[in-house]
Amino acid sequence: MKELNYPFDAGYILKKKKSIKRELLSDGSERIKKKIAILGGYTTSDIKLITELFLLDNGIEPEFYESEYNAFYRDGAFDNPELAAFAPDVIYVCTSNRNITDYPSVSDSAEDTDRLLTNEKEKFTTLWESLSSRYHCPIIQNNFEKPLCRLMGNRDAWDIHGKVNFLTRLNLFFADYAATHDNFYLCDIDYISADYGLKEWSDPFYYHMYKYAVNVNAIPYLAFNVANIIKSIFGKNKKGLVLDLDNTLWGGIVGDDGVENLAIGPEESEGQVFTEFQRYLKEQTSIGVILNVDSKNDEENAVAGLKHPDSVLSPEDFIVLKANWEPKDLNFKEIASTLDLLPESLVFVDDNPAERHIVREQLKGVIAPEIGNPSEYILNIDRGGYFETTSLSADDLARNGMYKSNAGRKALEASFTDYRDYLLSLEMKGTLKPFEDMYIARIAQLSNKSNQFNLTTKRYTPEEIAARAQSDEYITLYGKLEDRFGDNGVVSVAIGHVSGDECDIELWLMSCRVLKRDMEFAMTDAFVKMCAKRGIRTIRGHYYPTKKNGMVRNFFSDMGYTLVSEDENGNREYVLMTEGYVNRNSVIEVN
Amino acid sequence: MSREELFEKLNEVFRDVFDDDEITVCDATTADDIEDWDSLEHINLIVAVETAFGIKFNMGEVNNFRNVGEMADIILSRI
Repeated sequence: MKELNYPFDAGYILKKKKSIKRELLSDGSERIKKKIAILGGYTTSDIKLITELFLLDNGIEPEFYESEYNAFYRDGAFDNPELAAFAPDVIYVCTSNRNITDYPSVSDSAEDTDRLLTNEKEKFTTLWESLSSRYHCPIIQNNFEKPLCRLMGNRDAWDIHGKVNFLTRLNLFFADYAATHDNFYLCDIDYISADYGLKEWSDPFYYHMYKYAVNVNAIPYLAFNVANIIKSIFGKNKKGLVLDLDNTLWGGIVGDDGVENLAIGPEESEGQVFTEFQRYLKEQTSIGVILNVDSKNDEENAVAGLKHPDSVLSPEDFIVLKANWEPKDLNFKEIASTLDLLPESLVFVDDNPAERHIVREQLKGVIAPEIGNPSEYILNIDRGGYFETTSLSADDLARNGMYKSNAGRKALEASFTDYRDYLLSLEMKGTLKPFEDMYIARIAQLSNKSNQFNLTTKRYTPEEIAARAQSDEYITLYGKLEDRFGDNGVVSVAIGHVSGDECDIELWLMSCRVLKRDMEFAMTDAFVKMCAKRGIRTIRGHYYPTKKNGMVRNFFSDMGYTLVSEDENGNREYVLMTEGYVNRNSVIEVN
Repeated sequence: MSREELFEKLNEVFRDVFDDDEITVCDATTADDIEDWDSLEHINLIVAVETAFGIKFNMGEVNNFRNVGEMADIILSRI
């Protein structure tokens, strides 16, 4: 919903939250359900309600547990049957500097101030350890906003008795904890409050009136950040940007003005602005964001513009480059399909409001942010939180290389007339094994973000994946695929539940980046082999239809399963006997 | 702004905040007259009214409104 995309009108969201929720719930879109526990150090009612709106807008339907006023510690650090019964998928600890028990006083010795710091560290560590050991789910923890007032003025920053110093040290400790503990994420209130304006953020009126440690008007900004972290944890991040060229990546129109007259580079202010924007985009690629071009231009002009000596980005930085005179929404759709991505996983960046409008209207769910003037482009994209990074796997870092290799494969494919010859020319090597520790995070990530090639669309936390890896009751299988263009990483995952001589498939998915490579055959071969080894005679497969997984409706019959039943909702059950199974893969070398 | 115009604008705010197009407030309206008007919604109402009229209430005022009429008096004195 456009009203919930950055830059948003916080007052409008606060006022209209009930009707916005109604509208979101009735828009017919499919959402994953997640249980979110909010453990608050102050009133959290509106934080919950507004976070809900942003989550609903991002394909997540939350159910909440909300602790009583300022009961975060009691609720989290001790036995809590109610929270245990709730079984949260994620816990958000919403505290503020008002929850600090004791600040140093000026007469304290260095040992005293250290002791106070240790007390706070221990208090929070106890809480986090309790939460992690009881609920085995991701934890999001606020760090601390700076104090509203400074007793000693600027000295407060460096003197160990200063509140600024104390909170800064505590924030560093929180950061260290986050850096050394999986599944623990900081909500950087320190930054968000500074960004909003600390004076306004910490306006004491809202604390004394309603026990909100944050200005009620700032809650949408806080909730937006919390929702971004949650959507990122559950694999709902965007994957890349689709960029216009003229007046977006450089000033001027390359076809009219000529390459030599474009505003880009250090000579004048307008050119500097575009250079800085290009540098920002280039940096995005380092966290795995993929860049594409969708421009109304002759292709040679577009490429010439990107080859401008002062251009930070070059044609090679883009995975798909579409420069022609077709409508932008059509190009956008083609870019997405070339990348095997859904259109809504790409964000459209164009200076022209009319183009943004067309793309939004024609491609439901695609975000085309109001990017403002060239000097505001970076801020308006950055604050959008499209690429909030909760995990940075080797896969994320290598993503651009992978998409580029895919483009290479497509070029090679065009040179073969026989598809099998093409597959053989890829020299594919597969590694298909039971789950291993080093891939747990990647496997969980895949389970949360794969929508199309996913038979059951069951989502898992890393803990749940790890538990299945260790249990005798499950058969687990991951598939990693390499070829002459590079390593695709872990691309397919299967989990089966064993009972007696039957194995029931609760998860079967594959990344769309390896579609039509016969990887699904290799996976089936390996899975059947593992089952046979365990003495299993019958494998049971399930297909649960969603709006997005139509492409695998007939997957099990394609793999040689027999359809047993189909209910009125299209849920299907299949069986496959392990005895007499003949291997189907003949193009991937499996080790 | 006349008192009638002010009430027209107040009505809009109340309807948005309580998501109920049937609401029509008058001088004598209190929290007892609107079903969802509890202490948590009161915060949202105050913030929405402040935003709509570009004013700020102080603590004493928020604590002492006895009805919508008193709220309207304060708004009129500020704009």
